[in-house]
Amino acid sequence: MIGWSGWGLAFKFIVFPGFLFSVVVGLVLTWVDRFVSARVQWRKGPPFYQPFADLLKLLLKQTIVPKGASKTIFLCAPILGMASMCITSVLLFYVNFNPQGSFVGDLIVLVYLFALPPLAIIIGASASRNPLSAVGASREMTLYFGYELPFLLAILVPVIKSGGAIRLGDLVTAQQAGGPFLYSVSGVIGALIVLASIQAKLGYVPFDMAEAEQEIMSGVFIEYSGVGLAMFKLMKAMMLFLLPLFLITMFWGGFADWWAIPKFLLIVVLIILIKNTNPRFRIDQALKFFWFLLGGFGILAVILAFSNL
Amino acid sequence: MSKLGLWGLKKSPWVYHVAAASCNNCDIEILELLTPRYDIERFGMVLVGSPRHADALLVTGVLNRKSLPRVMEVYEQTSKPCLVVCIGTCTCNTNIFRNSYNAVGPYDKYLPVDVYIPGCPPKPEAMITGIVKALSKL
Repeated sequence: MIGWSGWGLAFKFIVFPGFLFSVVVGLVLTWVDRFVSARVQWRKGPPFYQPFADLLKLLLKQTIVPKGASKTIFLCAPILGMASMCITSVLLFYVNFNPQGSFVGDLIVLVYLFALPPLAIIIGASASRNPLSAVGASREMTLYFGYELPFLLAILVPVIKSGGAIRLGDLVTAQQAGGPFLYSVSGVIGALIVLASIQAKLGYVPFDMAEAEQEIMSGVFIEYSGVGLAMFKLMKAMMLFLLPLFLITMFWGGFADWWAIPKFLLIVVLIILIKNTNPRFRIDQALKFFWFLLGGFGILAVILAFSNL
Repeated sequence: MSKLGLWGLKKSPWVYHVAAASCNNCDIEILELLTPRYDIERFGMVLVGSPRHADALLVTGVLNRKSLPRVMEVYEQTSKPCLVVCIGTCTCNTNIFRNSYNAVGPYDKYLPVDVYIPGCPPKPEAMITGIVKALSKL
């Protein structure tokens, strides 16, 4: 990202592809989530301004720091998660509209940035000095180690198919020249693995054991109130926007034309339907599912990608 | 609180269910409130698992010597501003337990109660009406 002036850079990070834009789109998507869930359960569902009202209310509520908690870390953890999502948003958008403008290795940076939200959740939950929070944090950690292996294997598929490009811009250009990577056997397997990892990264139902509302009372977020909770909600909303965008960029041709928007909505609705039609896994079942089943398929996808299938 | 903030609070009251030794009849009716038939998510109400997230405490059951300190603790853990909604006649005026050695009186002796919803148990429609009326008076 060379050649941007200071104000332009600030604008990009704070307003257009960065913070404000991704927050607004993410909040609208959380409404889509709640509306589709309501329709699946044969309900009317909340009005469209519901996530904005929730956010406004949370920002004005009292923020409680539990007695004995590590105050600075407890309050800084949500900022860490949200900041990582802002940078991710700028990188992903920049790559889609200007494929040659990014730097070499931004794919690796993105993988690390997507690892920061679970890290922020674990740090915040551990700092809150609540036993249920600690249970949630340990589950989140186990889950993270579970899905990261198949996720990385699946991400290798586009890299191999494009001839070893680790720049997102090169991946997008390769797909615009030779068709999306999704339209091949290894691409389908890789995209499905990434879809399952997205479900786990978002903490949605089959993989929501870290915040299981019925057993550990929203676990990792149990001690958060007011602004801290609002920031974690925002982080989740931005992830709901950015993770499907990442899937489209890697496998389904990027934002080459306006067809990307129906594709994007299709993936989001698919995630919501999976969320609404599945029971929760136990943490050991989730680990087995990710390591042994999806890990095996990931290796298969990598082998298929090497043999040009 | 500013007008905008009040709007936010009115449009998304998250509820936390404090079952303080009730006979479970009001609790069952509260669960019915959350089913698709009544769908309180229309008003932005969501049942949350932690009092830290809550804006309204739905209290049920007659207050007794054992449950009083617990209820007070939950109220102190809730982030303010929050509403206290008394559900059932037991919470409003201790009902048939008035002369019990263990009952310590109605909730408004100890907590700032905002809504009284009498009934043994109250119907889900009555609860929705009560909460919506309370919110529109804020």
